[in-house]
Amino acid sequence: MLIRRRAALMGLATSWALGRASLAVAAPSSHEEDPRLVVIIMRGALDGMSAVTPYGDPSLAAHRRALILPEPGTAGGMLDMGGFYGLHPALQNMHALYAAGQLLPVHAVAGNYRSRSHFEAQDCLESGADARMDSGWLNRAVSLMSQRDAGPDGYGLAMGLTVPLLLRGPARVGSYAPAASHHPDPDLYRQIAALNADDPVTGPALRNALQARGFSDTVMESSRAAVSSPRKGSRPDAFVTLSTAAGRMLASRRGPRIAALEIGGWDTHARQIDRLGRPLTQLDRGVAALRDGLGPAWSRTVVLALTEFGRTVRINGTGGTDHGTGTVAFVAGGPVAGGRVAGTWPGLRPGQLFENRDLAPTTDLRCVAAGLLCDHLRLKPAAMATVFPGAAASPMQGLIRQA
Amino acid sequence: MQSLETMNRFGWGIRGTETVSDRPRDWLARQLREPDAARFTGVGTTADGLIALRTQRMNRMQGDPLVKPIFQAEVATQLDNLLLTRQPFRERLAWFWFNHFTVSLRQGGTRAIIGAYMREAIRPHVTGRFVDMLVAVMRHPAMLMYLDNASSIGPDSPAGRKGHRGLNENLARECLELHTLSPQGGYTQADVTAFAAILTGWGVDLKADQPGFVFREKAHEPGIRTMMGHRFGEGEEGGLQALHFLGTHPATYHHIATRMVTHFITDTPDEHDVTQVSRVLQQTEGNLAAAALMLPTLVDTTAAGGKFRSPMDYATAVMRALSMGGTPSQPDDPHSSAHTLLAAFAALGQPLWTAPLPNGWSDRAADWAAPADMLARSDWAWQIAGQMRKGDPLDIAHAVLGPALRAQTVTAMQHAGSRQDALTLLFSSPEFQRR
Repeated sequence: MLIRRRAALMGLATSWALGRASLAVAAPSSHEEDPRLVVIIMRGALDGMSAVTPYGDPSLAAHRRALILPEPGTAGGMLDMGGFYGLHPALQNMHALYAAGQLLPVHAVAGNYRSRSHFEAQDCLESGADARMDSGWLNRAVSLMSQRDAGPDGYGLAMGLTVPLLLRGPARVGSYAPAASHHPDPDLYRQIAALNADDPVTGPALRNALQARGFSDTVMESSRAAVSSPRKGSRPDAFVTLSTAAGRMLASRRGPRIAALEIGGWDTHARQIDRLGRPLTQLDRGVAALRDGLGPAWSRTVVLALTEFGRTVRINGTGGTDHGTGTVAFVAGGPVAGGRVAGTWPGLRPGQLFENRDLAPTTDLRCVAAGLLCDHLRLKPAAMATVFPGAAASPMQGLIRQA
Repeated sequence: MQSLETMNRFGWGIRGTETVSDRPRDWLARQLREPDAARFTGVGTTADGLIALRTQRMNRMQGDPLVKPIFQAEVATQLDNLLLTRQPFRERLAWFWFNHFTVSLRQGGTRAIIGAYMREAIRPHVTGRFVDMLVAVMRHPAMLMYLDNASSIGPDSPAGRKGHRGLNENLARECLELHTLSPQGGYTQADVTAFAAILTGWGVDLKADQPGFVFREKAHEPGIRTMMGHRFGEGEEGGLQALHFLGTHPATYHHIATRMVTHFITDTPDEHDVTQVSRVLQQTEGNLAAAALMLPTLVDTTAAGGKFRSPMDYATAVMRALSMGGTPSQPDDPHSSAHTLLAAFAALGQPLWTAPLPNGWSDRAADWAAPADMLARSDWAWQIAGQMRKGDPLDIAHAVLGPALRAQTVTAMQHAGSRQDALTLLFSSPEFQRR
């Protein structure tokens, strides 16, 4: 089969042992020098003040002493970020990026949504609008990119078993799952596609899936082989596997340029000090896998990791935190003006908290995303009205190093 | 509605040998009028599950040796029932309400009791009052553990004043947002906090002879609390009053009516239809059988050809169409029909009792119709169809789809080179992807 579509997708047989991660990719191109963008959705609300801890804030200890790790430079302590902030020790690889000037946390960010419901907040985060839409901001951004090589059947690909709202919309996204060891011959697939040809839901889905299969199988096989396990015999987790695959696909000379991944496990209502390490480690290894998979293309890649909202400043009664507002977002990649923490720190005195409860948001997440779309993907600032309808999302400046 | 269409939409798919009722609404009503005919074998109570969990913890046993067999027995008997049930409408309602009040294996260590939760807190109330199901759910250890309430302590309670522990508002928030009022009900953060205080002390006693729900006076936040403008007293009674208030609230009736219409009729519910169902709930003090029987009177005006089957719907319908199941599944037999179905749920993206978040599994086609999903279904159907050694695939096609079966699908099946290929085409047809 001629590889006309530049997208591929790997589904993982989700099982409760693997957890649920997914990857979607879009925007095929044959121009190697094109910028790449990866968006990671952290579903469940990351406690930003545990990931990037403002230990220099004099009010911090009074709110959450039991959640604060030792200061940088001590055993089991936070990783040094140059004072005031410390990075969670699970983020070893990201700390190395920080030291190399390639990681830029943006603190005290939030979307425009304030009601603390995971589900509505995720819809808003992915829609990029004040109310849920049926398309996501990243898809709308892709549809505005110059589509030099989009094949006749659209392009794009979701990995994992679903396409997140973030990447649904006018720009077509296909997806692919690896076949089981035994599967029908190509002729039966052709008949299945014909049976569904006129169906608005299943028709395009099957067409995309079948077209993606040839290209994807090759990429996926090499990806799976490339994932190095931390311990002999243990399976790498789904997120790292998908990150490796995403990195390789984005790196390929003719391949997608946009990817969306998701990772869960952040809803730490209890025993947060024990529970946050695992998802942070997965995130950290996933970012490293992306960088390794991308190879030289890392110098043209930006990764944005965001979450629907933050968590309460005060520790709750069960060693955890409840749903909050302001949190941290991570921007990483070769072109990033990193090695510092961006955003405006609002302070933690009771009068400075949002509703005397949460970290006050001082930066709209959509401004961060818009800054990357404009300065990295070179979309026009005027296009932000389409990507983020109803939001006065003025692109945040200075996220990308000026070449 | 045509008989077969009704039986498919409100059930779990036609079993290949099933006789079709010519009066589908009577068929639906009878299922809710007659007692639950499901018989579960080889399983115990919530207390038995908690004792197994406690014993494992006390003896620091590795690898879930006592809990695993309990879980496997629950899976075997409950999925056998799903394949064989003669009350598929009642059965669909049971799983619908389980999903409304989601408990997941993903957190809270619920594996020992999640099956018992389904049988004890959900099933008995499927045709009863909503508020009774709400109370049963909120008092069940599975829910108290899943959403962290078992460890929530009033800051001014005796236990709270002694230690550094306190409130956890997770259950209170999800109860307001997902189980009862929904955000449209207009509650505020102050209401969430008040409700969390009201629910302090609602926990699980693992040490008792018969472990289960306990109200811990020592952990309960003292004082009168105001939620949604109403005052609720102290103690366990205050919590029950609050649940009664929430479980009979008009906003709650509207919310659950919306969810019922979405699940059974269309992804985009019509406000007029929702109002009809919520009015029935209002008039009957939340009678769920009456509300459920309102659903078949509503017409799906979308041209979608029925609700898109979720992975769980799809795999169950395929196995019922092939008349699989019948011999009781042995809990540890990987080749049993229950185990086959369990593996299919996971492979197709909806692992049993493992929803990612407390809002449960989606009822929207867009969440299940990704290209990867479609191909995974055909691949799995092909493997299952390979096990069928007799019978005419076209007979099965007519029996399970009736008038919905398209000529194009019949032609493709007639031209198929094997029984396996013909059945794969049937199960990959757009009409089989819907109920």
